[in-house]
Amino acid sequence: MKFKGGIHPQYNKGTAAAPVEEMPLGGRYVVPLAQHLGAPGKPIVAKGDVVGRGQPLSEPGGFVSVAVHAPTSGKVKAIKELPHPLGLDMTAVEIEPDGEDAWWEGVQPKGDWRGMDPADIRDALREAGLVGMGGATFPTHVKLSPPKDKPIDTFILNGAECEPYLTSDHRVMLEQPREVMEGVGLFMKVLGVKKAHVGVEANKADALEALKAACPPDLDVDFALLEVKYPQGSEKQLIYALTGRTVPAGGLPMDVGCLVQNVGTAVAAYEAVAKGWPLIQRVTTVTGAAISQPKNLRLRVGTPLGDVIAFCGGLTEDVAKVVYGGPMMGIAQFSLDVPIIKGTSGVLCLPDAEVVQYVADACIRCGACVDACPMGLLPSTLGVLCERDRWEDLEDYNVLDCIECGSCAFCCPAYRPLVQLIKRGKAELRRIQKKRQQGAA
Amino acid sequence: MIVATTVMAGLGLLAGLGLSLAARFFAVEVDPRQEKILDVLPGANCGGCGYAGCNDFAAAVARGDAAPDGCPVGGAETAAAVAEIMGLVIEEKERQVALVLCQGTRENAPTKFQYNGMASCASAALLAGGDKLCRYGCLGLADCQDACAFQAIEITAGGIARVIPERCTACGKCVEACPKDLIKLVPESAPIHVLCSSRDKGPVARKACKVACIGCKKCEKFVGDDSMKVEDWLARVDYDNPPRDPAVAGECPTHAIVELHMDAKQPVH
Repeated sequence: MKFKGGIHPQYNKGTAAAPVEEMPLGGRYVVPLAQHLGAPGKPIVAKGDVVGRGQPLSEPGGFVSVAVHAPTSGKVKAIKELPHPLGLDMTAVEIEPDGEDAWWEGVQPKGDWRGMDPADIRDALREAGLVGMGGATFPTHVKLSPPKDKPIDTFILNGAECEPYLTSDHRVMLEQPREVMEGVGLFMKVLGVKKAHVGVEANKADALEALKAACPPDLDVDFALLEVKYPQGSEKQLIYALTGRTVPAGGLPMDVGCLVQNVGTAVAAYEAVAKGWPLIQRVTTVTGAAISQPKNLRLRVGTPLGDVIAFCGGLTEDVAKVVYGGPMMGIAQFSLDVPIIKGTSGVLCLPDAEVVQYVADACIRCGACVDACPMGLLPSTLGVLCERDRWEDLEDYNVLDCIECGSCAFCCPAYRPLVQLIKRGKAELRRIQKKRQQGAA
Repeated sequence: MIVATTVMAGLGLLAGLGLSLAARFFAVEVDPRQEKILDVLPGANCGGCGYAGCNDFAAAVARGDAAPDGCPVGGAETAAAVAEIMGLVIEEKERQVALVLCQGTRENAPTKFQYNGMASCASAALLAGGDKLCRYGCLGLADCQDACAFQAIEITAGGIARVIPERCTACGKCVEACPKDLIKLVPESAPIHVLCSSRDKGPVARKACKVACIGCKKCEKFVGDDSMKVEDWLARVDYDNPPRDPAVAGECPTHAIVELHMDAKQPVH
């Protein structure tokens, strides 16, 4: 099935054929306590403590929260506010490696997921600090705990990787298909579902074949090749394309009995249970015309961006932007002093010639954005309302259903920064709604 | 002919009767004070009072919901006239003006990235606090200027906001508009001001701006009373009891403290 709207940007998947390289151990790691949606963790180590690889450095700050772990063995050099990819300084644990890279003795296999209780598997994932690795970083154990009145009957593996430039999921599917499919089985076990769908975009047909071949015979999985269109990998669009179900406005996948997880999360979940490994590494695509040697790298969480860039030959002289994530939804960085975090699927280095410096114009009401919006919204109207500070009117136009994919801004001929406008509108509307709720209470 | 005239006259009388009855039974009760108040108001319908125009404000005062001195444009004269109509006494309040507590011009305060997006401070502030290295500083994208109905605040050539004191009516719209909370309403006669809002530690603040307050406390020690206090690495003037000796400005090593005479006709900085 095809979802409505979407765009076809140039894919630039030049690194699709590059096998994942292991980045060698570095001299410094900075592990922020907040690498997920939800409350940041609280540190449980102190300056001077000796830690082992995989040792927890923090405890969750609530239910919707996870811990972070040491990416290698060494000493805690400092716990202080350090630059974070979100643009502000946040508390992080700075580790000085000892070069041994020795596992903490607490890292032990939890068991074979086939024989384990779903609650135990969920606990193991929570302990391992698992979060959604497609970029949203929502704590996995929370996602796997839907309320009783929202039964899940379908599990979906998200192998779409629709953002231009990114190829980390593609490589993971090609190189670790067995771990991916074991992860799928693990999620099916936790949720008690009998049926799974695996969705991969048609430009990664080799990955789909690899997953099919590695699928354990005891799992009932449908493999589907999806239309190459952005944002195919967006949960709601993926669910529609694979099952024909529409997530209601303001709702979540669980409202239609579905649950989606990224391929990287599937591998991490399997490793967390089978080997007891906490989430301390991921595959990241370092790419773009402004990096000397584009690569797919397996990196430890907490690796300073400067080290990663140096390992890839450094930036070219005409570099204009360094983006965490993809060009559509990534966050531009202004300092190379930030660490790689759990959700860093890519580092995109763009040269001056490829970055458009625009001056926004008035809306010309052409409707290109309306055609492109995968959520069926009216980005033109939303943008104009935001420009005029008409926050309450945004509610009538379902602004909170916007997934901020950027399809509208991508095709706007008037160069209007629609996502920026809508992000502000959403923040102001939420503030108004909160005040309203507090007033009524 | 006679019939036509009689019918027309009859209809006319009927309509007249209908109108008089309507005027009696459907009349809108207006407090006579409201009309008197409306007469003495400036009539600009600027909304500076927070109501929807002068008539709305007059109604609110007559109702008892608004204070007689709520019209910032009319000033003390109007406040006295309104108070007289209401039979109230108001205390003389000193005229206030808005002041932007930041001197982080492009020359003084470097940026940490090149911002390319909506020309609005509130939008820019959502991106890592804005493009200034100082996370507290003025972003110069004119949200305050747009909010002002009196052209009393402008963005200088150096790229920060500055109030034109003689035009300011202290309506408070710029204070509300600033996403960094940099603008304060201060008494016009207060001569000493700390034109910085950075709560960063001294070395960090200094790196982010040449004229930042570094929290060194020299000013606090110089005045020796509570008129100036350093809290959270930022010196603050107590505007209920402001320092009067202009020499304190000379004590400040970074020139964050400035002497301003906003009751004069010339803007000083």
